[in-house]
Amino acid sequence: MSFLTQPWPWYVAGPLIGLTVPLVYLYAGRKWGVSSTLRDICAATVPSGLDYLEYEWRERGGWRLAMVAGLALGGLIAMLLGTPPVAISSATVADLAALGITDFSGLAPREVFSWSSLATLPGFVAIVVGGFLVGFGTRYADGCTSGHAISGLANLRVASLVAVIGFFAGGLVATHLLLPLIMGGVS
Amino acid sequence: MSDRGETGALPGTARPLGLERLWPYALFGTWLGFVFTRAEVVSWFRIQEMFRFQSFHMYGIIGSAVLMGAVGVWLIKRLQARSVVGRPMEFPDDPFHMPGYQYWLGGIAFGLGWAILGACPGPLYVLIGNGLTVLVVALVSAVAGVWTYARLRHLLPHS
Repeated sequence: MSFLTQPWPWYVAGPLIGLTVPLVYLYAGRKWGVSSTLRDICAATVPSGLDYLEYEWRERGGWRLAMVAGLALGGLIAMLLGTPPVAISSATVADLAALGITDFSGLAPREVFSWSSLATLPGFVAIVVGGFLVGFGTRYADGCTSGHAISGLANLRVASLVAVIGFFAGGLVATHLLLPLIMGGVS
Repeated sequence: MSDRGETGALPGTARPLGLERLWPYALFGTWLGFVFTRAEVVSWFRIQEMFRFQSFHMYGIIGSAVLMGAVGVWLIKRLQARSVVGRPMEFPDDPFHMPGYQYWLGGIAFGLGWAILGACPGPLYVLIGNGLTVLVVALVSAVAGVWTYARLRHLLPHS
């Protein structure tokens, strides 16, 4: 049963992830994506009087809120069964070490992603600013990796291709230009 | 907006679609959260590796996922398959026109966040489940980002 605790190769994981698109269509007739749940949570928690957030989030979003609750549960199960360190390339390790990262044992570096690091510049920028950009950007682009890169491209949407190109452009700028500036404070 | 509302009860279905059962979606999400974790797409390190072009892993996943998804969608259309719950298939019906600014600008904004945070929305939930509880702060911040978008969107170019 080692497949329950060992990481899966891309040629197993990728097709499994891709299969979710037709499977959700076959069950529900729906195109699935995650970023709309951020809108649902906002609509549910923030009294705003803004058009964009005035809709029946229980009806429109109930299904996907159930789905993301599942995502968290799936992550919990994975953690309880044991998630090994991520074996990334040595080139990446070297690049990140040069930025001051030393903890490669988990899914994310603890010197940046921990409650105590929140008070440091790298931690604050990564968690709060990063999170903000994810929320703002996915709703502006009307989709995230699941909605555009997976579901949208599976539907051969040109708009999704544009979004994905945008994702990569932003990601490259952040990785190569911004991260060195942000990580400058990692101790 | 790709957000499509409920279409209401169809003849022959037992319940209005608006009161659909939620547990199948929770089950699906649980499976997916596990898959995402084992696929390591939730790892900040894998995202860094991807944006540095230092491994094929993430590209292999996204590429094979898109291929599998596209073949699956094509088959459904070809066979005119129906959904189990009776909802008509929500295939986005994009007429071929130049996609608007929102996809470029929103995409770039999201991409910046994706690389810095090391997670897109799906993995964010999965990581919280995996024990990175501080990411609840990232989730709250993301919701703040949505609110900000809602507040500013009439000022932003979309199409």
